[in-house]
Amino acid sequence: MEQIEVDIRVPNQTRYLGLIGKIGEDIARTLKRYKGDREELAYQINLVLTEAMTNAIRHANEDDPDKEVHITITIKNRNLSIKVYDEGQGFDISTFPGPDFKNLDDHGRGVYIIRTLMDHVSYSKQNGGHVLEMEKNLN
Amino acid sequence: MIVKIEEKGAVVFIEVKEERLDAHNSSELKAQMLNLFEEGKNNIVVDLHDVRFVDSSGLGALVSGFKNASARNGNLKLCGLQPQVKSMFELTRLHRVFEIFPGTDEALASF
Repeated sequence: MEQIEVDIRVPNQTRYLGLIGKIGEDIARTLKRYKGDREELAYQINLVLTEAMTNAIRHANEDDPDKEVHITITIKNRNLSIKVYDEGQGFDISTFPGPDFKNLDDHGRGVYIIRTLMDHVSYSKQNGGHVLEMEKNLN
Repeated sequence: MIVKIEEKGAVVFIEVKEERLDAHNSSELKAQMLNLFEEGKNNIVVDLHDVRFVDSSGLGALVSGFKNASARNGNLKLCGLQPQVKSMFELTRLHRVFEIFPGTDEALASF
């Protein structure tokens, strides 16, 4: 499989979610030798990018329009790696409870979705902010 | 957010005329639904046939509408889900919560 690296910076605003999601979808559609369901992968990449960016914009960067979200999408050795960097105090995803399927809540599904669709998820401190790293094997 | 609101008897149809229902626009859908509840219109169908992508915020707005409608002895149902959108409801198990219909006629007939 080819090697691709995309590096994007956008202002800390939800209006850019669609743009970044679309770039993720187009990468899935462009992959040369992916044998799985391309449209499903396109939706999944769009979704995890959207969820991770929303967390960065709303929770980590606290909707501050002067802040920035930095995203890298890398395909290498049949592995998809997405990193979303924020400039905030951080939100520890390991403390996030899973969704409560019995009680119907308006919130709390984003991190569950990321964890379900990606093989490896971590969140750590980096350069005055934090980075959410998500990996998925594309075999 | 562009929505088309149409009343058919006691049922109000909200047609979401957007490709994405996400963290950027879902609060507007929530506000539209709250307006209807304040007018005493508690039986709602959200028609998603133009929507290609829903995230957890979009689902959250629909859950909020569902809870508000139920609390007022009404109901909020869905129709026109594209396959990828439908799989989002399955992933989050919300397909067990909402009544989901193929089209507007089936949704209307269910009230």
